[in-house]
Amino acid sequence: MFDDFIIRAFVAGIGLALITGPLGCFIIWRRLSYFGDTIAHSALLGVVIAYAMNFNLIIAVFAVSCFIALSLLFLQKRTNLPDDALLGLLAHSVLAIGLVLLGILSFIRIDLMGLLFGDILSVNITDVLFVWVGGSIVLIVLILIWRPLFAATVNLELAKAEGLNADLANAIFTILIASVIAISIKIVGILLITGLLIIPAAASRNLSSTPIQMAIISSVIGLVSVVLGLQTSMIWNSPTGPTILAITLGVFILSLIPLKKLLISKKKIELSN
Amino acid sequence: MNNSLVELNNCGVFRNQKWLVRGVSLKVSQGEIVTLIGPNGSGKSTTAKMSLDILKPDEGTNTIKKDIRISYVPQKISIDWSLPLRSIDFVNLVTKHKTSEINDALGITGIQHLINEDVRNLSGGEFQRLLMARAIAKEPHFLVLDEPVQGVDYSGEIALYKTIQEIVKKINCGILLISHNLHVVMSQTDYVICLNGHVCCSGIPSSVIKDQEYIKLFGSNIDPTLSLYKHNHDHHHLPDGSIKEADKNK
Repeated sequence: MFDDFIIRAFVAGIGLALITGPLGCFIIWRRLSYFGDTIAHSALLGVVIAYAMNFNLIIAVFAVSCFIALSLLFLQKRTNLPDDALLGLLAHSVLAIGLVLLGILSFIRIDLMGLLFGDILSVNITDVLFVWVGGSIVLIVLILIWRPLFAATVNLELAKAEGLNADLANAIFTILIASVIAISIKIVGILLITGLLIIPAAASRNLSSTPIQMAIISSVIGLVSVVLGLQTSMIWNSPTGPTILAITLGVFILSLIPLKKLLISKKKIELSN
Repeated sequence: MNNSLVELNNCGVFRNQKWLVRGVSLKVSQGEIVTLIGPNGSGKSTTAKMSLDILKPDEGTNTIKKDIRISYVPQKISIDWSLPLRSIDFVNLVTKHKTSEINDALGITGIQHLINEDVRNLSGGEFQRLLMARAIAKEPHFLVLDEPVQGVDYSGEIALYKTIQEIVKKINCGILLISHNLHVVMSQTDYVICLNGHVCCSGIPSSVIKDQEYIKLFGSNIDPTLSLYKHNHDHHHLPDGSIKEADKNK
C-alpha cells in the first residue's frame, strides 16, 4: 500500500500535522514564531552538510537546528540584546554560511525549490518512518514535559519557585522544535514550516477555551488542511505545500466568525419576538 | 537543625555593576509571618526571590528546608492574550488538584463562582484572589506573597489580610509577606523588616489600636487586622541611594 506515492504523501502529511498542532500552540503562547523561522533558515546549512558528507538529511538538519537552538539559549544569557535581534543575527548569519559552503562545494546540486517549499509527493518510505517514529517521540516527550513547560509559559519565576524544572523543560522544548523542523523539511520545506506550526494553532485559538482543547483542535485543523490541500493540489495541479498552507489560512478565516455570539444574539432575537 | 523553613544569611545580589540588595538576613519558621517593607526599588522582590531560590545570592547563603511545598504569589503576572486559560486551569498550573480542593481554595478567597471564567475576564482584584487561591490550594509549608493587596481597595485589603490569617490558622505555614505600605502592616505579623538596599531596621509591630497618635490621626474605628510599624533608623539615604550615617559625628 505504501508503494503509491499519493498514499505516502497522505500518511506523512497527516503525521506531521498531528505534531505541529500542539507544538504550534506553545510557539504562539511563548511568542516564538520568529524562532521557528530562524531554525528553519539555518536548516539550509544542515542540508549542505548532509549533501557534502553524504549523510542522512533529516539527522544533519536536526543536528544543526539543535546547535542553533542551544546557541540562542547561550546568547540570551550572555548578551543584553533583545530576542528578536539575536534570532535575526542567527538566522541570517547561518543562512549566509550555508550559502557560502554551497558555493564552495560546487559539486553539490540541490533542488532549491524543493528545499524551500518541500515536495510531499517525493517522500519515500524512510521519510514516512521518520515522521511517524520521530513524531511519536516528540509527542510523548511533549506530554511528559507538559506541566513544567506550560507553567513556565504562563510565568517562569512562579514555575521555578514552586520546584518545577522550568529551564530543563525550555531546553527540551527547543530541541523538539528543532526535530519537527528537521522532519518537515522534505514535506513542506523551510519557508513554509513556520506557517504549518502557527496558522492551525492561531485558528484553534479562536475556537477553544482551554489550553488542551487548543492543542487538540490545532492538530485536527492541521489534519483537515493536509487532506484537503493534497486533494486540491491534485485537482488543480498546484504545488502541494503552498496549497496546504492556503487551506490552513482558509480555516483561520472561518475561525474568525464568532459562532457563539451569533447563536446567542439569534436566541435573544427569538426571545424578544 | 532548627525549625526554620527558609533562612537568608547576609545575602546580596549584584547586577549590572551595582548591589540590588546587600547584607540581608532573615528567617521564616512554621506558623510565622514575616513582613518585608520598603520603598520602590529597595530590593523587596529581590529578597523574596532569593528566599525562593529563583535568584542565587552573589554573596551570603540562602537555605531552604528540603522537601517542603512552596507557593509563590508574584508581584506581576500578565496572561498572554493567546492563552486560553480558565481559573480552574490556573489553579492546576503547577500541581493537579481535586475539584473539591479547588472549590475550597476559591471559596476561601471568595471567587468560587468564577471557576470556569476565562482568566482574562477577571478584574484586577479578582485576579489577585485567584493568585492567592492557587497558592493555598497546594497547602504550602512556605508561602511568599509579593504585594498581595496591590490594586485592591481598602476594604478588600482588610478582607485579604483576614484571608491570610485564616490560611495561617488552617495550614500553619510560614509566610513571607511583601508590602509597599511603609507604616501599616498586618497585625498578625510576627516580625517586620524594613529594606532599602540593605536592612534599615527590623522589629515587632505595635498594635494600631493601642497607639494613641494613630487613634488621634485616624479615629478609633480602625480595623484590628492592621498594625503600625515604628521605624527605628540610625542613618539616612541620600538621593542616589547611598547612606549617610547618622552616627558619623560620634
